Amino acid sequence: MKSITRQKPFDEIKEQIADLDRLFIIGCGTCTTMTKTGGIDQVLEMKDQLQELGKRVSGWTVIPTACDEMTEAAMKENSKALENAGCILAMPCALGVHRISLYIDRPIIPAQDTLFIGIEDTPGYFREVCDQCGQCILGETAGICPITACHKGLVNGPCGGTNNGKCEVDKEKDCAWTLIYERLKEQDRLDLMKKYHPPHNFQVMVRPRTIKI
Amino acid sequence: MTLSFREILNSGKFVITSEIAPPKGTNLEKTLHHIELLKDKVDALNVTDHQSSVMRFPSIGGCLAVKEHGGEPILQMTCRDRNRLALQAELLLAYTRGIRNVLCLTGDAVPVGDHKEAKGVFDLDSVQLLRAIRLMESGQDMGGNDLDGAVEFCAGAIVTPEAQPIEPQLVKFEKKVEAGAEFFQTQAIYDLETFSKFMQHARQFNAKILAGIVLLSSARMAQYMTENVPGIFVPQNLIDELANAPKGEALSKGIEIAGRMIATLKKDTICDGVHIMAIGREEVVPDILTAAGL
Repeated sequence: MKSITRQKPFDEIKEQIADLDRLFIIGCGTCTTMTKTGGIDQVLEMKDQLQELGKRVSGWTVIPTACDEMTEAAMKENSKALENAGCILAMPCALGVHRISLYIDRPIIPAQDTLFIGIEDTPGYFREVCDQCGQCILGETAGICPITACHKGLVNGPCGGTNNGKCEVDKEKDCAWTLIYERLKEQDRLDLMKKYHPPHNFQVMVRPRTIKI
Repeated sequence: MTLSFREILNSGKFVITSEIAPPKGTNLEKTLHHIELLKDKVDALNVTDHQSSVMRFPSIGGCLAVKEHGGEPILQMTCRDRNRLALQAELLLAYTRGIRNVLCLTGDAVPVGDHKEAKGVFDLDSVQLLRAIRLMESGQDMGGNDLDGAVEFCAGAIVTPEAQPIEPQLVKFEKKVEAGAEFFQTQAIYDLETFSKFMQHARQFNAKILAGIVLLSSARMAQYMTENVPGIFVPQNLIDELANAPKGEALSKGIEIAGRMIATLKKDTICDGVHIMAIGREEVVPDILTAAGL
């Protein structure tokens, strides 16, 4: 799993920290390192930018995987600097922000917008493939999720807006249903495309979703 | 007694429908003028539903106006803006107000419209909406509850005969027929050869096909549509014909082209009728019909 993020415009961060000082910056060694939005290099850049702004930086760290339970230990290691901190500037994805918030009651300001869960097709190119809907139909759609890959999330075939295998919202985007059609044809399983899919159950789990395993 | 739209569809007559767009605002003057102009010249009038994802006066409001002025409306319903509760509720309202025809569409994507940050709903798709109508006719709603008073609609859908590749569109077309679509109004067609091939396929199914005729008002507009409107391909010879029209007469040429196509479709009994979309130039629809010899 890779949580794909985009760093917020610095002006937005500036606005959120206007009344805050002595910032402690936390990066993440996993997803935001890979997307180059919150790894060590970006943490150090952020530190410089904040200091240029006249803010004090009480310390910084890059937690190996900010969303997991080891974050507590990493925060303890930095307890002294954290005690002096007026707030946390968090550079992991929103999952990391939530994890960090379990261990400290200072204000936490996220430096990222968390966009989607995706895979890296080619270096630096990330693609959303799963909407985490709780009702997987990949077995019937040649391994391509129309709920995610079709702009409208259609489950019964393409809309009339597609042409030459592209989507009506963006000529650069592939039409999911053309891809599904081509792959099913290759597999000699086109009958699957004719199957009627009933309306999606949007309440597979009632939000907010939790599970005890 | 006047025939219902369903009866007209099944009468063997060459069916003619057209469409009107409700206003952006509360001034209904132009819409009412178009209704008056067209209501007796066509078998039914579609009222578009926030066409191209542009917020407007609602389709059902336009349909009520068509009814009030003695016309036969076709309620266009997209799945873009309403979830299944709202869609069903609107069908109930439509039925009680005498609206008997519904065209089920997925709906254009939100980002192509004028409220680009809005949520696209798409709780249902066009196939599911067709099935919902048939379910409600049986006296049940989608939650499995009994309705106190059912609905009855002549339900239709759309198809894009010139999309490439065509096969996925045909699969969807079949699903729509199975879901209960009685008629199809196609996306604009210009290439009669491609369309005839589509019709060979479509003839296997028990649904009436009305060919979509979009008025070409200039060579520039035709070129733009070919390049930017999904599923529309205007052949070069038509673009040249418009470009070669004397200055100021491109629109007349476009009317002539549309009329000629309609006449051919009817003469060669290629399809069951036409759906004329004049997109902002509704006042010339009667001229198109005259040009077609209708």
